Amino acid sequence: MSSVLHAGAQVLADPMIGFDLGALARNFWALTIDGLTYGSIYALVAVGYTLVYGVLRLINFAHSEIFMLGMFGVYGTLLLLGFTPSGNAYNEGIPMTILYLGIALIGGMIVAGGSAVGLERVAYRPLRKRGAPSLVFLITAIGASFVIQEFVHFVLPKLTNGKLGGVNAQQPIRLVEPVDVFSIFGATVTNIEIAIIVSALVLAFITDRFINATKFGRGIRAVAQDPVTATLMGVSRERVIMLTFLIGGVLAGAAALFYTLRVPSGIIYSGGFILGIKAFSAAVLGGIGNLRGALLGGLLLGVMELYGQAVFGTEWRDVVAFVLLVLVLMFRPTGILGESLGRARA
Amino acid sequence: MPLLELKDLTVAYGRIEAVRGISLTVEEGELVTLIGANGAGKTTTMRAVSGIRPLSTGSIWFDGQDITKMKAHMRVLAGIVQAPEGRGVFPGMTVMENLEMGAYARTFDTKAEHDSTLARVFELFPRLEERRTQVGGTLSGGEQQMLAIGRALMARPRLLLLDEPSMGLAPLVIQQIFRIITEINATGTTILLVEQNAQQALSRSDRAYILESGEVITSGGGKELLADPAVKQAYLGVA
Repeated sequence: MSSVLHAGAQVLADPMIGFDLGALARNFWALTIDGLTYGSIYALVAVGYTLVYGVLRLINFAHSEIFMLGMFGVYGTLLLLGFTPSGNAYNEGIPMTILYLGIALIGGMIVAGGSAVGLERVAYRPLRKRGAPSLVFLITAIGASFVIQEFVHFVLPKLTNGKLGGVNAQQPIRLVEPVDVFSIFGATVTNIEIAIIVSALVLAFITDRFINATKFGRGIRAVAQDPVTATLMGVSRERVIMLTFLIGGVLAGAAALFYTLRVPSGIIYSGGFILGIKAFSAAVLGGIGNLRGALLGGLLLGVMELYGQAVFGTEWRDVVAFVLLVLVLMFRPTGILGESLGRARA
Repeated sequence: MPLLELKDLTVAYGRIEAVRGISLTVEEGELVTLIGANGAGKTTTMRAVSGIRPLSTGSIWFDGQDITKMKAHMRVLAGIVQAPEGRGVFPGMTVMENLEMGAYARTFDTKAEHDSTLARVFELFPRLEERRTQVGGTLSGGEQQMLAIGRALMARPRLLLLDEPSMGLAPLVIQQIFRIITEINATGTTILLVEQNAQQALSRSDRAYILESGEVITSGGGKELLADPAVKQAYLGVA
């Protein structure tokens, strides 16, 4: 919330909207690469929104907080590995760095995946048992979002001796310095950007195969398309629901690692909010309920907001994302790929 | 011991009782039909047997065991499989994927068992083999019904529940579906069938129950009921 107000204040202070197509043209490839980096993070988080929507018709607004918890999971894992905040990057050499990043990735996935499943158990399952109307689910999701934020804000520091959580962002732990590895069309690509984009694509591919080509994935799609008939085929709807929260959480945990690599100073209790809304927008942009739609929507949103930022000015970055969403929905209310997880074969 | 026994089943939607104290049995190997007008409680009964509609009172016994409290997806494992009213074909999945969904509960089947079941389904419904890569939502009504039955067979049911398999189909296709139902029954699968097409259903059933306003009003052998003047008048449109 605070960052929204903050952005508003900036706008008041500087009422000019720039319009500089030249900046876009000059930096096109650099913007594209940075946009893809952010976009792959949005895409991974968006999958969590879209899968849960697919099987429950529920917009799990607390998913942004699952992502945020994932960032703390990553950070906590690094602390456990013995790293401490420092000005300079550790630069332990490529094999060791990959090992540490791998462990941090698993840490983030466990924390985010576990808390997503826990959230489902504690907040949503009791409502489902009582047959609560969908509005109640939505309010619960928003409530859960605040509870998790305030937990990290006030409770987590007490549990960890002040090492984690609290009002301020965590002091960054930098494992690797961004280093230019190669350039395309004059735009340099850093090691971190390559790592993020490639890993995200690999995870997206695995998820896609899991949903579309395995028995469990088929069970998820069956519940999304026709929950009653799925039950008649012997699918446990409860187990499918748990599985979708787990997948969404695990991918949010991975996204959390990637985000902290790109924005090391972003680990704060409120740090999931805006990113979560953007990932949700990405899911809607691609067609909510549609897995490939979420992936495409994420990449598109990431790239478009950086193009927009170049043209209109830095302050307008978040605005561009949402204007894009509104524009697409005006002409294609079901999103770019349209059909839901249920209808689409993807 | 009957394979399926419903004892004094009552099912309510809110305060309206759709099924009011139904008791019936299905013996192993039988083809038993429920007939009755719209709203007589046929589909509700089927849903209760499959466990997707909770009971108000009464109990359901399968193979000598009380399954009243058993979860719906576990009943599939136990051998109760339904091809639901309206077919329930997964519209976004291919024919093959739909069939695989039928085998979802068959976790412990070997590849050979799975393949022989599939071969049998394709033997009964050659059309499904031709359309195996086509998406379910684009099939014709008759093909969807074949898919729904074939998919249920993939689960190797001990008791097959068929809810209105002839609904909305052309007369020729109805004939074909009924022939296949009889064949499935003849090869040893017990069937509980719900039908509005009383003529066809009664002539092929071992026994039948006639439902009215949620209660069983008559029961007897299929051909027997077919000859009953009261049944003729009410359900066969013969004065």
